[in-house]
Amino acid sequence: MEALTLLHWTFDILLGLGLLWLGWRVLTSPDLFNAIVLFVAFGLLMALAWVRLDAPDIALAEAAIGAGLTGALLLAAFAKLRTVEKNHDIAGQLEKGKLENRSFQWWPATFLLVVAAGLGHTVLSLPHYATGLSAEVSANLKSSGVSNPVTAVLLNFRGYDTLLEMVVLLLALLGVWSISGSALPREAAPGPILDTLSRLLTPVLILVAAYLLWVGAHAPGGAFQAGAVLGAAGVLLLLSGWRLSSHLAGLPLRIILVAGPVAFVAMAVFTMLTGGQFLEYPRAEAGTLILFLETAATLSIGTTLAALFLGERPKNKREYP
Amino acid sequence: MSAAFLFALVGVGLFSLGLYALIVHAHLLRKILAINVMGSGVFLVLVALAKRTGESQPDAVPHALVITGIVVAVSATALALTLMLKLTAETGRAELPEDQGK
Repeated sequence: MEALTLLHWTFDILLGLGLLWLGWRVLTSPDLFNAIVLFVAFGLLMALAWVRLDAPDIALAEAAIGAGLTGALLLAAFAKLRTVEKNHDIAGQLEKGKLENRSFQWWPATFLLVVAAGLGHTVLSLPHYATGLSAEVSANLKSSGVSNPVTAVLLNFRGYDTLLEMVVLLLALLGVWSISGSALPREAAPGPILDTLSRLLTPVLILVAAYLLWVGAHAPGGAFQAGAVLGAAGVLLLLSGWRLSSHLAGLPLRIILVAGPVAFVAMAVFTMLTGGQFLEYPRAEAGTLILFLETAATLSIGTTLAALFLGERPKNKREYP
Repeated sequence: MSAAFLFALVGVGLFSLGLYALIVHAHLLRKILAINVMGSGVFLVLVALAKRTGESQPDAVPHALVITGIVVAVSATALALTLMLKLTAETGRAELPEDQGK
């Protein structure tokens, strides 16, 4: 028992130090490309930290979104940045980034040490035992329709958080589309490895997304993780040169993008009309209704994430405003 | 001190590192990376402190908040990257213009 505790402590301390070191390397690495790759590694290490903190739901979300999709977005932006800078013919832009890193700035560093000390002191002075809302969650878990407490909070107790969060995703996509992000350079020929890999992996990813969606009711998983995996499948397809055909890129695409928020709002109006509160599901059907909402949310989240990766608005025959 | 406080302190450290980099670096891609590291630090503090229940099951409410936060962070990052590319295409520099003074 003693040896096990010692092992846990050693692992936690090494993990903590590793996170801080990787974080520091991400922010100071002279080469931007290195920094992005290190950031992906940092995200994977964060996923380990979530497991150590008994948060497998967050570990799944972090591995798929924090490390995977953010990394893909950063790498795509880096590639586009190189192209843009080449067009402007500014050599040395990236060289300049190297130079500025050498200078260590004392005033911000001192200020940040004071901030860190203050924050650290505040954290340590918090009570060592606090139940938060866990008692309320476990008391009401039976009536929520699911048995995974995190899904119960996300889809039932604080359903409006999830609704607003999907609106944020949609707003980000509207922002990207309206400033017309530059297009992802399309590979002329994806090459046999990427081509075969995407053919093999895409069905598996869709299956994994469906599994995560279903299992989220009683085990780690749920709409966000499933949506992220679906988004990853989209990113893989886009990388291998696939584009949405033009007659699907108009109205059908937009319907899927807004399906999640619309399902939530419709459900909220329905529950209010039938005598309940905003998003207060009837207890008997709560599980079914949550699965329905999660399915719509998964489709919307996955499509939005893939569309954010693509950047530009997909071209279609009729122009939508 | 428990593992919860160890990870909370790591979170504070990551937040401070990110804030330092956000102030010091001029390149916008580095600033976006710095904001992401800061966010990870905040999430780590939230989830570490949720472990203080003294039971095997930590508080689920901060967990749900952090999952929402991760998705919001990735959408904000995507928008920020697009803005950065637009600025670079307009000015040729992936940096904010220096304050010219009044």
